[in-house]
Amino acid sequence: MTALLEVRNLRVEFPTRRGRLVAVDDLSFEIAPGEVLGVVGESGAGKSLTGMAIIGLLEPPGRIAAGEILLEGERIDNLPPESMRRIRGKRIGAIFQDPLTSLNPLFTIGEQLIETVQAHLGLDDRKARVRAIELLAEVGIPAPDARIDNYPHHFSGGMRQRVVIALALCARPRLIVADEPTTALDVSIQAQIIELLKKLARENGAAVMLITHDMGVIAETADRVAVLYAGRLAEIGPVKEIIHAPRHPYTSGLMSSIPKLGDRRKSLAQIDGAMPRLTAIPRGCAFNPRCPSRFERCMAERPSPMDAGTNQAACWLYAR
Amino acid sequence: MPAEILLELKGVGRSFDVSRPWLNRVLEGEGRRSLRAVDDVSFAIRRGETLALVGESGCGKSTVARLIVGLYAPSQGKIEFEGNDLADPASAPLRRRMQMIFQDPYASLNPRWRVRDIVAEPIVVQGLAQSRAELTARVGELLTQVGLAPEDGEKYPHEFSGGQRQRVSIARALSSNPEFLVCDEPTSALDVSVQAQILNLMKDLQQRLGLTYLFISHNLAVVGHIATRVGVMYLGRLVEVADANDLFVRPRHPYTRMLIDAIPDLEMSGKARTPVAGEVPNPLSPPPGCTFNPRCPHANDRCRQERPLRLEVRGGRSVACHAVEEGRLLEGAASAFAG
Repeated sequence: MTALLEVRNLRVEFPTRRGRLVAVDDLSFEIAPGEVLGVVGESGAGKSLTGMAIIGLLEPPGRIAAGEILLEGERIDNLPPESMRRIRGKRIGAIFQDPLTSLNPLFTIGEQLIETVQAHLGLDDRKARVRAIELLAEVGIPAPDARIDNYPHHFSGGMRQRVVIALALCARPRLIVADEPTTALDVSIQAQIIELLKKLARENGAAVMLITHDMGVIAETADRVAVLYAGRLAEIGPVKEIIHAPRHPYTSGLMSSIPKLGDRRKSLAQIDGAMPRLTAIPRGCAFNPRCPSRFERCMAERPSPMDAGTNQAACWLYAR
Repeated sequence: MPAEILLELKGVGRSFDVSRPWLNRVLEGEGRRSLRAVDDVSFAIRRGETLALVGESGCGKSTVARLIVGLYAPSQGKIEFEGNDLADPASAPLRRRMQMIFQDPYASLNPRWRVRDIVAEPIVVQGLAQSRAELTARVGELLTQVGLAPEDGEKYPHEFSGGQRQRVSIARALSSNPEFLVCDEPTSALDVSVQAQILNLMKDLQQRLGLTYLFISHNLAVVGHIATRVGVMYLGRLVEVADANDLFVRPRHPYTRMLIDAIPDLEMSGKARTPVAGEVPNPLSPPPGCTFNPRCPHANDRCRQERPLRLEVRGGRSVACHAVEEGRLLEGAASAFAG
């Protein structure tokens, strides 16, 4: 099976007065059609920047300094802004965390949807409106023909996120980049949105890159998971393996620090310390100051992802 | 053996005036409108325990926290600390024995102050230190207690990560030797690995200093880890109160069951998450009867008309639900709800 999205050795840099900050460093992964890849990591690990680099919306002065991004075999990281704009929305759909800021408060839901439908599908006004109503129905908005003329403030948070999803999906994109799509929502609404995303990905055969810090959401949605640490790939593998048999010491620490229902241990396992700042990434493996199983090599040499059973882990424990 | 009650809420309510401006009201013939953020909430916290309040956004849990520490005054009911009404001016000294930890460690620390001054402020305000040297020693001791170094006091908040800032907030809260801490979502702004550090620290401090916590959170797994008892809130009302162990194994109120079922399943047992129908109704016009009735699979005519009172079930647990009271809803594991 050929990959729908391929990221090869991606490096995102921010030039500053005191030198360049490397926010994403030598990151490679791919996503197959119909697959949901979860991308997890703590804040500052580079997960959102990776998503932004893929959809071509990195905020200057941030820039892609090295590597390639391929969509259906075609390079998209070096396209001029105008061509990238045409790909965005049509072949790549984006869903962001905050459904309130993703919608324009001065236009009705219908106006925003119809504009998007017309931009990508070139339908006339009447057909575009019919299509917009269909889209709203598809994402589970009750009475879509009445609600289409409402403004965003008439909608609740969960309903707004549905509208944002409808916008992202209106041109049937091949790739959906969803950055924390459920973080601003309550648990009871989260389940509805996740169910919707999964169903739409399955029906459209689209690839989904799901960026989140919530392992629960990942466990329910993703097929494979990539774990980022300090801008680097720590581990990637099937979701079951990452959760139940993590290979990288950081992934193990992360998994055991999550409180679970029905597990009333006296104290949670914790990883001491914090993720290094981008200005002070240690030599060798970025995780070495916090790692319980570090040895000399970890302090000197940076590990690349290597085979560790079903997973790939950037850890010298798995060197052969 | 029931321990002594430290804090008790008796029928506490709080309304907010959300009327439109005067001119609009006159022109459009509209009356005043008020929003009941907290409605007839009663519970007691015993010394040394952690009572957690859970619920979705807008259910009034943070308002309860603010009512207790006195940031709002209750519209109805009263709040008692060791049996003294906190609204009574004579009870003002009692407020010194409670402190609050806020959700956002980025917004709750003054960026222009050094950490030592932030931590020292409550000590200075309450005149708890006799000399400069004593103050410095106390601040150093507090910083050590929360896992920072005394030298960190010289730094500014921006030099710390989110988890370290929350440690500073905890040190500040502890500086006036409180017995009771109100913690409003203390770990929601933190990453999971840091959250584990803060939760462990809070449990450890509770044991060492004999603290009592009111812990507000929307995360049931976190609550299950830290709480001794849990209160579940929905649209300003307390719908169920139970021991933490018991609540998660045998939730009784349909809303509690729904919340527990909605937690993402990390074990991936293959059990589908029950997608919950509907959303929280508009608190300006809550449905009559039980406020949960539009989303409840067990609602009948009585639920749509008569408001359920919170009744003692057994074992110190109380539930506000007609279905539970009438025995229509049998005790069962959370997943039985899916069927």
